[in-house]
Amino acid sequence: MDFNFTEEQTMIRDSLARLIREQYDFETRTAVVKSDSGWRPEMWAQFAELGLFMAPFSEDDGGLGGGPLDAMVVMEEFGKGLVVEPFVPSVVCGGGFLKHAGSAAQKEEHLQAIMGGASTFAFAYAEPRGRYNLADLETTAKKDGSGYVLNGHKAVVIGAPWADKLIVTARTGGDRRDTGGISVFIVDKGADGVTTRDYPTVDGRRASEVYLENVSVGADALIGAEGEGLPLIETVVDEAIAATCAEAVGAMGVAHQMTVEYSRQRKQFGTPIGKFQVLQHRMVDMFMEHEQSISMTYMATLKLGEDEVERKKAASAAKVRIGQSGRFVGQESIQIHGGMGMTEELAVGHYFKRLTMIDSEFGNVDHHMRRYTALSADEFQAAAE
Amino acid sequence: MNLEFSPEEIAFRAEVRAFIEENYPEELKDIGSREDLTRDQFLAWHKVLGKKGWSAPAWPEKYGGTGWTSTQRYIWSEENARVDAMMPLPFGVSMVAPVIYTFGNEEQKARYLPKILSGEEWWCQGYSEPGAGSDLASVKTTAVRDGDHYVINGQKTWTTLAQHADWGFFLCRTDPDAAKPQEGISFILVDMKTPGIEVRPIITIDGGHEVNEVWLTDVRVPVENRVGEENMGWTYAKFLLAHERSGIAGVARSKRGIERLRNIASTEVLDGEPLINDDTFARKISQLEIDLTALEFTELRTLARESAGKGPGPESSILKVKGTEIQQRLTELTLEAVGTYGAPDHRGFPEDGSNEFPIGPDYAHHSAPTYFNFRKTSIYGGSNEIQRNIITKMILGL
Repeated sequence: MDFNFTEEQTMIRDSLARLIREQYDFETRTAVVKSDSGWRPEMWAQFAELGLFMAPFSEDDGGLGGGPLDAMVVMEEFGKGLVVEPFVPSVVCGGGFLKHAGSAAQKEEHLQAIMGGASTFAFAYAEPRGRYNLADLETTAKKDGSGYVLNGHKAVVIGAPWADKLIVTARTGGDRRDTGGISVFIVDKGADGVTTRDYPTVDGRRASEVYLENVSVGADALIGAEGEGLPLIETVVDEAIAATCAEAVGAMGVAHQMTVEYSRQRKQFGTPIGKFQVLQHRMVDMFMEHEQSISMTYMATLKLGEDEVERKKAASAAKVRIGQSGRFVGQESIQIHGGMGMTEELAVGHYFKRLTMIDSEFGNVDHHMRRYTALSADEFQAAAE
Repeated sequence: MNLEFSPEEIAFRAEVRAFIEENYPEELKDIGSREDLTRDQFLAWHKVLGKKGWSAPAWPEKYGGTGWTSTQRYIWSEENARVDAMMPLPFGVSMVAPVIYTFGNEEQKARYLPKILSGEEWWCQGYSEPGAGSDLASVKTTAVRDGDHYVINGQKTWTTLAQHADWGFFLCRTDPDAAKPQEGISFILVDMKTPGIEVRPIITIDGGHEVNEVWLTDVRVPVENRVGEENMGWTYAKFLLAHERSGIAGVARSKRGIERLRNIASTEVLDGEPLINDDTFARKISQLEIDLTALEFTELRTLARESAGKGPGPESSILKVKGTEIQQRLTELTLEAVGTYGAPDHRGFPEDGSNEFPIGPDYAHHSAPTYFNFRKTSIYGGSNEIQRNIITKMILGL
């Protein structure tokens, strides 16, 4: 058992932290978020140059030989800096599907482009009436010659306005909510029949409603086997959960630090409010939530490679804990900042908003509590028999 | 970073598992109530481990520690938890001994440490007083020099299992005129058979006799029984409390407790179905287990820091707070699970030797007393509020 980072991971962390410190201060971020495009393609290119997008992939795939731990390191720094650029949608999800199930040709075409930053992916999995159930799909893909025709509506596709490619989950068979009959496709955002409504999100990012109307794709658009996509989707989503937890850890740490710092300076009744025990203990509780979130993020990331049940339980446990901790740390940060915490001008409110929205990404606390409980019941049943 | 066990560690797990299976005392298996044990029962496993050289894994090797890595110690505690083993009590092995081998002289090390290892001598902790609980520095018990002796007068309280103790370590005020309450305290080892010591039981809300009052009247103790320097006892006391915290998370035992809870919940019935199929109840177990996982990995990170040479720091306060909260929730959920059969009071009923059946299922018998008893955990060892004060000062710097 080992909890140390490798030299490469430490180097990634240090150089990324420096880049964010120098070029991603809060004022700059605010201006970028308010700009027309809402992101900086040139920043994205710099992240690519640092090797961030290659870090989590094997050398055989043309990466640097790292894995989920490298993604974890990146996302913790992204969380600290409230970075809006789409590392999780493009690298963790887009790259993840290709890494696990892409053909040699698909990897050659798409994974290389993701790692180099030439192509940006978004992950269109959610639907207006599917909530967090990855199998509750109304989007269909009908066989048409050697290819498929896709129809459907994908909801809140994070990073889609910046993407040139979409990963789309769709039903090639079975009934709505069946675990079988689900397939995964790469869809060119510019393809005929794809329309998007782009909008900003409350936490400073951009997303789209994606409408697919008789979108024709070739056989080479299918990732993995037809109709057997769900286990693949779950694998990638668990990886995305671990990376998103790391982002939450970064954001929580900064929100906590800002709050402690503010309590040192803000005086009431002639005393810094940080001297009041009632506030001290709340800030200690924030500290403990943050520390435990770090622990859960390590746990979930390290268990991504274990057997299916163990992996799923780990991801769900982490997402539950981080959802709860993120909400607690975010809310307490605002409360202890008092009226100042309510202002758009102060950074702390933006950390609060990001932490709030992280809960609804890839399944919220209730969803993962339900998933964890069901998995535990199966396990308990199996052990009893 | 990885969670893999090395081949050596896997072999180590097999070795200790086999040792425990072969040697764990038969009579201690499946004992529900822990505070009603006899002195011999408390010491049975300790003595086996003492002979094997495994009673104090955390000590430096030259004093009898095992030299195990933090991972090996983790494996060790997991394997003991599998059989719910009655581990050596902390007062000797993990509280007074580290003070003795860190601050004591050679005679003291030679005199006390071997008998702590073997389980031959039982220790108790004379810290708290009626007026000094969380505010430990305000101890009033005095030790006044009289030639080669200290004469001790005062009262200690909440002294756990002092009714069995051979020795006690006591905080006594040796300089009543010290500028600060933390100064002027000494750390003194007292033979519990010395004239003038009276141990009076305190019966707690669970009905058990676990803690005591210890009255000291003109108790004469040789000066050579003082550990370290006179008036420096507060330093040693704080050192001891940090050590006390590091084992306090109780992760492996709580895991075992959740397993037991699941078994109870699959036996109990609600609307004709096992209670464990009830979503509301099942999710409470899930939440507890998830929080325990967070604690487990926080402890593993702490152990990793420790084995990198950074001793137990203020982070160990997290383990104390979260570990005890989880233990309390576990006892609470277990009581909830047994339903109305938590109510019968089983003390002295049925009477010993009678052939009447006890009331309700076996697993329900101790659920209420255990829940009552475990309220102590967030109070002892530096209350959870004191732990938050420590983090405030040492980590947040406020």
